Amino acid sequence: MIWNETVECMSREEMRKLQSLRLRRVVERVYHNCEPYRKRMQEAGVTPEDIKDIKDIVKLPFSSKKDLRDYYPFGLLSAPMSEIVRVHASSGTTGKPIVVGLTNNDLAVWKEAGARCLTAFGLGKNDIVQVSYGYGLFTGGLGAHAAVENIGATVVPMSSGNTQKQIMMMRDLGVKALAATPSYAMYLAEAMEASPYKREEFNLRVGVFGAEPWTEAMRKEIEEKMGVKAYDIYGLTEVMGPGVGFECECQCGTHLNEDHFFPEIIDPETGEPLPEGEKGELVFTTLTKEGMPMIRFRTRDLTALHYERCSCGRTLVRMDKIMGRCDDMLIVRGVNVFPSQIESVICELPEFEPFFFITVDRVNNTDTFEIKVEVKQEYYTDDIKSMLELKKKITHKIQSVVGIQPDIKLVEPRSIERSEGKTKRYLDKRVFAN
Amino acid sequence: MCDDMIIKQLSVFLENKVGRLNHVAEILGGAGINMTAFSVADNSDFGILRVIVHEPERAQKLLKDNLFAVSLTDVICLKIGNKPGSLSAVLKILEKEGIYIEYMYAFSEGENANIVIRPDKLQEALDALKRNNVGMLQSDMIQ
Repeated sequence: MIWNETVECMSREEMRKLQSLRLRRVVERVYHNCEPYRKRMQEAGVTPEDIKDIKDIVKLPFSSKKDLRDYYPFGLLSAPMSEIVRVHASSGTTGKPIVVGLTNNDLAVWKEAGARCLTAFGLGKNDIVQVSYGYGLFTGGLGAHAAVENIGATVVPMSSGNTQKQIMMMRDLGVKALAATPSYAMYLAEAMEASPYKREEFNLRVGVFGAEPWTEAMRKEIEEKMGVKAYDIYGLTEVMGPGVGFECECQCGTHLNEDHFFPEIIDPETGEPLPEGEKGELVFTTLTKEGMPMIRFRTRDLTALHYERCSCGRTLVRMDKIMGRCDDMLIVRGVNVFPSQIESVICELPEFEPFFFITVDRVNNTDTFEIKVEVKQEYYTDDIKSMLELKKKITHKIQSVVGIQPDIKLVEPRSIERSEGKTKRYLDKRVFAN
Repeated sequence: MCDDMIIKQLSVFLENKVGRLNHVAEILGGAGINMTAFSVADNSDFGILRVIVHEPERAQKLLKDNLFAVSLTDVICLKIGNKPGSLSAVLKILEKEGIYIEYMYAFSEGENANIVIRPDKLQEALDALKRNNVGMLQSDMIQ
């Protein structure tokens, strides 16, 4: 099923025209309403008049996560506060989150995008969808919630946590689709197996999973355990949230809602656009956003784009599975983790040497997050209790900054590599390739 | 604190991985330092090796030079009869003084039992043990 056939199956030529028109508008908007964008365009010698076609987008300067931090919280707004009706936030590098502001029209675009996703997953107004993404600053919960309401289905706004109740509601209400992060879905699937209920007692058919990378193996395992067909829903807070892209029934890539979120692939080193099909850094321009439009926002995610028509009938561009990142940000249990965050915490604690090593892995479908740290010579003691206190202290400190609990390993002096400069301070053992 | 009865114990931080304990033993052995007694306290992450040696300062420097985290801890080494009830008699003395034992380890051979104890109040423990004529090793008696 297709929610908006006009757009989703539009010819490439029509799409180009629509994107060109919208790009002109959004560039006008940021140029006249947002000081940092205007300055940057002036520095690059570009005016809104230079932008006539979507192809002209390459003339525009890039933006990045750093800009969102530098202009925290509202410096990048291109609409007056009187029009901003909601904020969302995601974790940042120094404990400060990244904040985005949305207008009523932004919310309308978001739920349109979300409706396309859910419709592609085969959901409609007769279905019941349980939203088990966290509700709150995280875009997952409220984003999925609005999408479910928009297609006229029934939303069960569970948020995350309280596993037993999640399972009870799914069973008692005859929930057809579960929207959650894949790792939480995995957790729920296992809890369902351990529950006294039989699988036949559930009406679950569809999984709406996203907000973190996941493997084909994980998809298969959840599908088997839950008896669902699992679809990827793609999104990022800076651009919008869940609904930026989705898998259709062919599951041959993620269709991007490119009439709203225009994707480019660039060489992460040079910033030059790469030919179709080539792997590079994904860049988004929000063509219709009012509150906080992002112009050529560098996601740091590595992928490739394909433009041929999909066998589902859609012409919307398809994106390969994210193949990695071109900076040192890690996504652990759906949370953005920067080694620089860990560094700043460790440097503040006098008991520890300013060195660390992060190891991320996935065990039983849950991300593990180990950090090795060295205690300074004078703080090593004979007393296990006080050593464990030290461990607890640093665990709490890191958790409060990063948002997830690390598994701290105290190691012997000088066992962590010291070389300066480009030392890699983490190892990601997870395998996301198919 | 200066008391012949206070023994300097080496406390070495060890990661829980293969070969670490042997590395310590090798270093000390290679330098001709004998381990009179030792114990390993561990948890899921790391262990603390506690060792009694003849030359604790030299051993400490040696291990530090080999990048171990090592500190010296004051302990008492009891020398009591290797027979039923002798430990209980000593513990009763400490208990009466309200002294808490953080950890202890022991070995016995022939007629004697040697017990290393780390009391929370070292000086009070020493005084109580002396008053009750409990046998203790002096630091220069460590071989």
